[in-house]
Amino acid sequence: MSGSMEFLLWTKGPVFDVALAIFAIGLLARLVEIFMLGRAPNYAEPRAREWPAGLRTMLTRTVADPGTFKRAPFNVVVGWIWHIGFLTALLFFVPHVELIQGVLGFAWPALPNPLVDFATAVTILALIATLVHRLTHPVKRHISTVEDYLVWAVVFMVVLTGYLAYHRLVEPYPLALGMHILSAEILLIILPFTKLTHIFTAFIARWYNGAAFGRKGVQS
Amino acid sequence: MRKRSDKTLGESLRDHGLSRRGFLKLCATTASLMALPPSMAPAIAAALEQARRPSVIWLSFQECTGCTESLTRAHAPTLEDLILDFISLDYHHTLQAASGEAAEAARLQAMEENRGQYLVIVDGSIPGPDANPGFSTVAGHSNYSILMETVEHAAAVIAVGTCAAFGGLPQANPNPTGAMSVMDLVRDKPVINVPGCPPIPMVITGVIAHYLIFGRLPELDSYGRPLAFYGQSIHDRCYRRPFYDKGLFAESFDDEGAKLGWCLYRLGCKGPTTYNACATMKWNDGTSWPVEAGHPCLGCSEPRFWDAGGFYEPVSVPLTLGPTTLLGAGAAGAVVGGGLAALSRKKGRDAAATRQPVTVDELEQKL
Amino acid sequence: MSELTLERGLAAFRAEIDAPTAAFFSSCVHCGLCAQACPFYLETGDPKYTPILKLEPLRRVWENEFTLWGRIKGLLGLQKKVTDEMLAEWEELVYDSCSLCGRCSVVCPVGNDLYAMIRKTREGMVQSGHAPEGLISASVRAITTGSPMGLQWKTLAVQIQHVESSSGLTVPVDREGAEYLVLLSSMEIINFPEYLEAITKIFDHAGISWTLSTQCFEATNAGIQIGNKDIAAELVERVVAAAETLRVSKVISPECGHAYTAIRWEGPNLIGRPYPFRVFHIIEVLDELRAAGRIKTEGKEDDRLSLHDPCNLARKSGVIQQQRNLMALVAENFVDLKEHGKYQWCCGAGGGVSSNERAEELKMAAFKRKKAQIEEVAPERMVTMCATCRTQLEEGLEAFNMEIPVVGLTEMIAEHLVERD
Repeated sequence: MSGSMEFLLWTKGPVFDVALAIFAIGLLARLVEIFMLGRAPNYAEPRAREWPAGLRTMLTRTVADPGTFKRAPFNVVVGWIWHIGFLTALLFFVPHVELIQGVLGFAWPALPNPLVDFATAVTILALIATLVHRLTHPVKRHISTVEDYLVWAVVFMVVLTGYLAYHRLVEPYPLALGMHILSAEILLIILPFTKLTHIFTAFIARWYNGAAFGRKGVQS
Repeated sequence: MRKRSDKTLGESLRDHGLSRRGFLKLCATTASLMALPPSMAPAIAAALEQARRPSVIWLSFQECTGCTESLTRAHAPTLEDLILDFISLDYHHTLQAASGEAAEAARLQAMEENRGQYLVIVDGSIPGPDANPGFSTVAGHSNYSILMETVEHAAAVIAVGTCAAFGGLPQANPNPTGAMSVMDLVRDKPVINVPGCPPIPMVITGVIAHYLIFGRLPELDSYGRPLAFYGQSIHDRCYRRPFYDKGLFAESFDDEGAKLGWCLYRLGCKGPTTYNACATMKWNDGTSWPVEAGHPCLGCSEPRFWDAGGFYEPVSVPLTLGPTTLLGAGAAGAVVGGGLAALSRKKGRDAAATRQPVTVDELEQKL
Repeated sequence: MSELTLERGLAAFRAEIDAPTAAFFSSCVHCGLCAQACPFYLETGDPKYTPILKLEPLRRVWENEFTLWGRIKGLLGLQKKVTDEMLAEWEELVYDSCSLCGRCSVVCPVGNDLYAMIRKTREGMVQSGHAPEGLISASVRAITTGSPMGLQWKTLAVQIQHVESSSGLTVPVDREGAEYLVLLSSMEIINFPEYLEAITKIFDHAGISWTLSTQCFEATNAGIQIGNKDIAAELVERVVAAAETLRVSKVISPECGHAYTAIRWEGPNLIGRPYPFRVFHIIEVLDELRAAGRIKTEGKEDDRLSLHDPCNLARKSGVIQQQRNLMALVAENFVDLKEHGKYQWCCGAGGGVSSNERAEELKMAAFKRKKAQIEEVAPERMVTMCATCRTQLEEGLEAFNMEIPVVGLTEMIAEHLVERD
């Protein structure tokens, strides 16, 4: 490949096809692997129905209980901030909305660029904060693996390169945009094989949790 | 047989009725065009005064003649006209009076007489050495052989238009003629790329002027394009940029946003990834340019712009993948996962069948 | 002679991996919030007690054998295997530092049911021979003698006699066709004999038809504590057999935590079929009687009382309001601990920890969380509904020189019964 434009077109063309294919195959494989294991039948007399309880937990688990918040406010708050910031940029930035429209065939209204820009800047700072936290908090430091740091780096690169490209801080622009697109493609490729699967499986996990507790009469 | 004039450029211009004042104004214009300080005007004047009109051989290959059309668009005696007097245009398919054998003979003679000093200008793409030479020929010779023969003793080559600079339209998927660009084929001569489909008239003439005045190539970007004209992206010089920054976009042609002159990103504008002077110099002597007329930039001065996603697809949309491929990949994944999960389930069932229950005896052994 | 081996342990891990487990391991992002819900981490500050880390053996089996990526890693020789050494190292984490309290399960942001997975991990630990001595002894005794403490009916018979002479009432034994079969815990029989007298009085007062069974009186389940379904199933089968022999329609689990979980939730699945009877905790039964107006009380305790909710009863079974209704009957100065009910804090002794002598120090450290809760509210006495919790509270408060007596709720109710003619 000879220049920045060819690099950009490479990321928008063949690499995108490959990344999305690996992502789709890997994710579907993981989901099928989970569901096909099933659950053993439960002969104990239930107190309540599983489905409503499970569905509730899928949503309510997003908010930390007061006790946890009191003990780990930084973890909870920073986690919220960077997730919301990331999702704001990913789902509501005009170029991304157009991308989603192009790939899925439908999308939704976007947010104004200045808002998304601010959210992205905050996300970058919050992500750096989470890295510092992971490196310094005794629990996180003890349980973290190479994968945790790799995933952090890939996620961070996606947000950072996006910010750099939007502000045209790297020249020429096709190179900056290509780096951002390539970072996102790397994220898609590693997603099904790392903890990033939680994006999809956390809701499944929460349902099972809510269902198990709900069956016993506790809204978890 | 035509004899090259022995007059200097200054003499030639005066012959055309250009006053001293007019000449100095011309030099000042040239300076500002090249983004040079006004203090350089005297130096330019001195250089041009003494310059000998160099020989220029213009080779036209797989092209639409749009670049020549652009160059010759003139409504009044302008820089374009004068450029044609700055140089001795010894070979040009469209503009020359001669034709046939006489024309080819003129080319060969100019090459011989000005050996090592003539300028070659190319428009149109060239079927490469491995392609069928019959796709484009002149007087029975392939474009490729003419190009290589002509540039062998040239001083420099200017590739005018995206076809010559990058391959352009003929090179677009599936590239049936095996089209290649000048810089792909000419490795041992200085090459300046002046892309655009077509390039802005004054960009063409400005580059030629720079070469004549300073005798060397202007500062070029990584694609061999003069930074003076291609150093800024359309996006960075677009008058509609405030709307992009504020997040106000036209969603369809002729909607409210379009009528209010909002940003055309969502209609496929390639301004962000395109480097050219359209937003500042504009077209038709500064009349307007595509975005101002309400049409998104096509990105026509970039390599492979014909294959860079639809003209009406935003920059962020991938080139090929759509919903159907995604579904196909998902289905493949389900099959893979299903197969693996079935194996695991069988493993689990076998394990359950051969399970050994824990007994008190076994536990007691561990005490 | 067959023995427990690593292979059997791995097979047990494999058998435990179901869809929820796979979803849970798929979702863990190493946020560490589970540690913030674990008294064993909070009161020792040692991050090795982080709940998700306790599950590493099970997680490795899942990754290696149940995921595409794990299989690819296997082909590349990059898998991390579970070894005997690892399981030996993990024994402390899976047993000594986990009371199966379930708090981690209700706080995990991605919804992991960690305590359920620890329970599953114990299956593999037992099959590979890596369980604490105390729990092994209890299991052996429970199977061979019927009681984890080796208690025999003849000892209980003596107690029955005491109760009968003290109360003037009859304690029904082996009464066929009674409505309720009452189970007891050995710990209760030995340490808190007032429980048997209390229920005798209450049931007589309320006109309940009930019985004990000589065939099976033990409610506790060492198999659940150690985490082995074979032992656990055998113990449950004994209860079911006794209930079927006496043709009761309801079985009552006593003031115990894990016994309720064992008989109410795990039991039918251990034996692979639904029960022909229903199961209740004594507190559920008492509250039902209260609601039906069948318990008449007089007078109230006037000292400042607070309540400790046993994890198995409250967070893990939803029996939360019932004990508070009953407290309202007999206490006029009741104040809840700040975090109570679903979010209560474990006393530190459940899940087999108190049967594990090696874990004594850890158990007392974990108790400090409860101690802090109690100090915040400063009651004069604590009330609870589980013999293990009660013992832990008493021992813990004494160890820290806090003079706060602990009483059982059933006993307190019985004390306020209006005398019937």
